[in-house]
Amino acid sequence: MNVLELEHIKKYFATQKAVDDISMTIAEGQIFGLLGPNGAGKTTLLRMITGIFYPDSGNITLNGKKFDAMNDAINIGYMPEERGLYKKMKIGEQALYLARLKGMSKADAMTEIKRWFVKFEMESWWNKKVEDLSKGMSQKLQFVTTVLHRPKLIILDEPFSGLDPVNANLIKDEIFNLARNGTTIIFSTHRMEQVEEICNHIVLVNKGKKILDGTVQQVKQDFKENIYSLGAPVLPEHLMTHIFEVVKHEPGKLLLKLGDGTTPNDVLRYFINQEVPIISFNEVLPSLNDIFIRLVEGTAAARQFQTIN
Amino acid sequence: MNKVGLIISREYFTRVKKKSFLITTILVPLVIIGFYAAIIAISLKDSDEKQTIAVVDEANLFNGQIAEAGKAFTFKFIPNETEKTFVTKYKEQGYQSFLYIPPFDLNKPDKFILHSQSSASLPTTSAIEKYINKAIRDKRLVAQGFDPKKYESIVADVDLDNTIDTKDGAKKSVAGVAYAVSFACGILIYMMMIIYGTQVMRGVTEEKTNRIAEVIVSSVKPFQLMMGKIIGIGAVGLTQFAIWIILIFAMQLALPLIFPDLLNQVNNTSGNAETASMAATAMQGFSSLPLFKIAASFIFYFLGGYLTYASLFAAVGSVVSEDQQEAQQLIFPILMPIILGFVIMTKAVNEPNSSLAVFGSLFPLTSPIVMMGRITYDIPFWQMALSMLLLVGCFLLFTWITGKIYRTGILMYGKKPSWKEMIKWGFRKS
Repeated sequence: MNVLELEHIKKYFATQKAVDDISMTIAEGQIFGLLGPNGAGKTTLLRMITGIFYPDSGNITLNGKKFDAMNDAINIGYMPEERGLYKKMKIGEQALYLARLKGMSKADAMTEIKRWFVKFEMESWWNKKVEDLSKGMSQKLQFVTTVLHRPKLIILDEPFSGLDPVNANLIKDEIFNLARNGTTIIFSTHRMEQVEEICNHIVLVNKGKKILDGTVQQVKQDFKENIYSLGAPVLPEHLMTHIFEVVKHEPGKLLLKLGDGTTPNDVLRYFINQEVPIISFNEVLPSLNDIFIRLVEGTAAARQFQTIN
Repeated sequence: MNKVGLIISREYFTRVKKKSFLITTILVPLVIIGFYAAIIAISLKDSDEKQTIAVVDEANLFNGQIAEAGKAFTFKFIPNETEKTFVTKYKEQGYQSFLYIPPFDLNKPDKFILHSQSSASLPTTSAIEKYINKAIRDKRLVAQGFDPKKYESIVADVDLDNTIDTKDGAKKSVAGVAYAVSFACGILIYMMMIIYGTQVMRGVTEEKTNRIAEVIVSSVKPFQLMMGKIIGIGAVGLTQFAIWIILIFAMQLALPLIFPDLLNQVNNTSGNAETASMAATAMQGFSSLPLFKIAASFIFYFLGGYLTYASLFAAVGSVVSEDQQEAQQLIFPILMPIILGFVIMTKAVNEPNSSLAVFGSLFPLTSPIVMMGRITYDIPFWQMALSMLLLVGCFLLFTWITGKIYRTGILMYGKKPSWKEMIKWGFRKS
């Protein structure tokens, strides 16, 4: 079942087509990566899904019903990229306030806060103020306030920035946990190694348009370049053949790009015939980082202003 | 509890629980009362000090003594000296000043001079003028064949009382008190509007720069957030106001108990008998005022004025970033009508029914301040009703427009928008 469906969403600002006709669907329990360079329109898209902005045209469907910002607030948890908390407010009170604004009852909110504070070892923070916290600590608090009201859909904009590896893992584990229990997570970032590790499905946007949509594996398959890595302790000096070209020659390792119509078996046969002692042979899929750079490269690094009629 | 209620209670309690709130709320009346106490103490003390003034009376105007000199002055008559000879000596002989009375024509008295080492105070010169005038008058009376003592018994000295006839019966009015109360109410509203308006602005800017606004507007409408903040801070203002009123009344009751000799001192000092009777008439005048009407209008105009301006302050707060200078530039046009209102109010307390005062008390941007300046005087019903109606209308209109500016501004980062852009935001649909 699809939790969220976007159909032909458009949002134009005075000097930018921030989001220009984007459609996508997100299935329940998915960890969905929304990727794109700076200024691609990610935040604008997320703000429309959280009900902060209304799209100029297009439809948003949440849980099979038309999205209604006010009544669906309880179903969505949003953690913006720039952290937002009241600096002078006590941490316990702040968590309670934000949970109740989402529509939780006081008693319900209290139990949930206590549960999360124990889980993240934050019990001693209750009467501290946010200004007393380090960046990583307030990040944890922000995460807790985002998921506190048990939303069906959680939107995380760069959730790991400023976290040390231990705390990043803590939150990563929680994200997996939530997804296992049926929560859908939209994860916006430009850190590709995190996306590869966490997301099932990705969408890449650039200049307000969707340029890539698929599962991580599918995308990698689509962008593979027939490159294989071969490992052997001794390698012949000269490799004169038409079936592949050598991309990289390292001691004990070769990167080969296969020619058209060549199968990996042809390559193996070639080396076996040359009596090369092969110890490893595997396909090299492009990293998301490479794909990202390839797709976005060539377009201007900074988004230009445009006139909207 | 609905979401606006939650926001209001957060805004209210975080402010009221702060130490600074408690300190300003309690300290301000203490400072005001301490200030008055100091003034009274100083004025009492001053009268104790005796000034000794030498007199070179060449015309023999005073016949060697000034009978009414009282406690404030001692006059020493210096015989066998002239102005020119004594002017070089009076410092050495220990006098601060000396009065020179030359021989003069009784029909055209002039050239009286008070020589002093530093400029003489106004009470001193006016007291001496009074003595000279009286001495000349007595001389003239004698010249005309009257007995000065008899003249004193003939002269009348009446006080005019002003009685206001209301439905509840006649009340004694004291012009000075009505004036002071009007003025105080006007200043108080002026101050509260600026203080709490800027608090709204700062709160909005804080939410914007902390990016908390983004989290909150994903649960509530921006307009609800803005109204929650405005109402919450307004409630803080009313609370502070209520505490002040209670404190001031408590102080007035407590003051005579703490300093029982204060009033006695005022009463006993013959020179200050006037002060004592003034205090009594002030109390009388105060009780003659329509206190309930004043309090009710004060609350109405405070709320009306505060709400009207708070929405403007909120809009300014939503478009600026951390840069305080940007905020200053944008606040200026908002402060202009407030200051204009204050200026009109100072005129209106003197001429409550002038056309300027009437205009100022109807125009919604100045009416909260100006109307309070006229409040102790009789205001025609239609003016009061129209003024209140216009104020409520203005508040609704402003909130509607600024709500839209706020909604856009609170999520915009970077460059400060121009006036043109802000106006465009304010008037666009939906």
